[in-house]
Amino acid sequence: MPENIPPITAKIPAPKTTSTSLPQAARPSPWLLLLRRPLFWVASTILLIMLAFAVAPAPFAGLFGNGDPRACDLADSKVESAPGHPFGFDLQGCDIWAGAVYGAQASISVGLLATGIALAIALVMGLLAGMGGRVADWIVSRLTEVFLGFPFLLAAIVVLNMFGTRNVLTVGVVLGVFGWPMMARLMRASVRSVTKADHVLAARTMGLGAGRIITRYVVPNSVQPVMLMATLTIGGVIVAESTLTYLGIGLSSPAVSWGLQIAAGSRVFQTAPHVLVLPSIMLAATVLAIVALGEELRTVFDPRERR
Amino acid sequence: MRTTVGVLQRVAGFALVFVGVTFIIYLAVFSLPGDAIRALAGDRQLPQSVIDAINAKYLLDQPLWVQYTNYLGNLLTGDLGLDLTGRPVADKLADRWPVTITLALTAWTIQVVLGLAVGVVSALKKGTVIDKGLLVITIGLSCIPVFVLGITAQILFGVRLDWLPVAGIREGWPLSYLLPSLVIAAIGLASVSRLVRGSMIENLEADYVRTARAKGIGEGRVVGLHVMRNSLIPTATFLATDLGFLLGGTVVIEGIFNLPGVGNLLFTAIRDHEAAMVVGISTALIVIFLITSLLVDAIHALLDPRIRRA
Repeated sequence: MPENIPPITAKIPAPKTTSTSLPQAARPSPWLLLLRRPLFWVASTILLIMLAFAVAPAPFAGLFGNGDPRACDLADSKVESAPGHPFGFDLQGCDIWAGAVYGAQASISVGLLATGIALAIALVMGLLAGMGGRVADWIVSRLTEVFLGFPFLLAAIVVLNMFGTRNVLTVGVVLGVFGWPMMARLMRASVRSVTKADHVLAARTMGLGAGRIITRYVVPNSVQPVMLMATLTIGGVIVAESTLTYLGIGLSSPAVSWGLQIAAGSRVFQTAPHVLVLPSIMLAATVLAIVALGEELRTVFDPRERR
Repeated sequence: MRTTVGVLQRVAGFALVFVGVTFIIYLAVFSLPGDAIRALAGDRQLPQSVIDAINAKYLLDQPLWVQYTNYLGNLLTGDLGLDLTGRPVADKLADRWPVTITLALTAWTIQVVLGLAVGVVSALKKGTVIDKGLLVITIGLSCIPVFVLGITAQILFGVRLDWLPVAGIREGWPLSYLLPSLVIAAIGLASVSRLVRGSMIENLEADYVRTARAKGIGEGRVVGLHVMRNSLIPTATFLATDLGFLLGGTVVIEGIFNLPGVGNLLFTAIRDHEAAMVVGISTALIVIFLITSLLVDAIHALLDPRIRRA
């Protein structure tokens, strides 16, 4: 990205060898670098719009049409677009735009909830494995393998089948409980490399307690790669929710989500392809924006990428 | 001596993981709501004696741990149990494996070839329009839910353009498998190519590459031999794990393209509350996954002498 590289980094000579690279004290903070990247702005804008949809759908849903995803008229079934309703109606005659706006809430909530749970489990597991000694490491590593042993979708199918009614909470929890192993592995590796670092050794020598060392020295220095992976997980969970819903074991109506809309649209795809388009675009745009944001954060924060 | 301990540790870990995974699935499946026997009978009530007989035959009247240990014992002799119509699960699976294996291998090959090509090109053209274009295309494809991509491919290439069969396996390999494989490969393309690109870029800047160039070795040989070999180590790990996932994770694609594979069987079994079937299939899939991950470690050690020494 030649035109995107901020002028300051461009002036720093690329280190030719690892041994003679100079300390680069004049480097601006990563957050400042981030503000200069156009892709960061595009991705954040998309995400902010989607978040606005999720938090307060009512004012946006009314922009095109009646603004209520559940006010449906069967006479409008599969109409492609009508005055005031540019995005048309689905099989039940519900306004597609209103549905897509209201759908943001469920889809994004599932993504955030599942990722939050997975991240919490991964942090605890990673710290235990990385600092808890050999026995704890062995147990956590095997446990991680147990959960990695299920293909993600398969596990979700088996467990979600146990629930009679499925809502944002159940789907989010199930996806979170099976989503942590990769992050835990990353956290473990990262914790292990940090605990060997001089500043942790120094803290130990100073006689600081384990709790203080963990919260002040280990976690802040090891959490970054896991946080980046968590960003990507949000997107993955949103896609997974829609796939599960398509299979009939994700969310179910009367909930409104992108997954439900896309699943319903895929059943009438041959006669009314427009039903599928808007929710698919919303979902893909959100996931893409999340991935792009993660990429940008990684580029700015990962020292290896700055070369 | 250390190798023996290491191997023993791996085997112990393997056993633990196996028991853990099968037990969780067993627990999950057998606590499903619904009465499979009543579902089997349909509208007419079965006499109590018949229900008792079925319960006794499948140990359904026993506590869960008795059922589970009995199941583990049978597994050691290669017996995956019977489904509720009395056919061995292993037999039903045997009919389905060829389809799933063909699909997984075809998809995997496409993914490897495309992923390597895209990754190498974007690493060598780092920062150019080509690199960015490939990034947008691959990431974009991976962000679309698999069923949307599948249906779109069916409509576009199957119906509108009429290049490939829409569904089913009547045309045989490769025609019938091409479209579903392409869809699966498209979804996973981004991860493979990103991984190849990242490790290629890292290696292209490494000291040993500079040494090789300084010795006057041609650029083709430097990239092809020195950089590629080192970049393939993380990629090989990922690809092997990926094959394991593909063998078990094609439920959706097999459903959309109506391919009579294991994934399709599994989905029907879950829908019909065929507990023994679900457990049997899942167990088989997990054994495959565990074996692939053992193989991954072996490949890893083969490619990277540093791991063998450690």
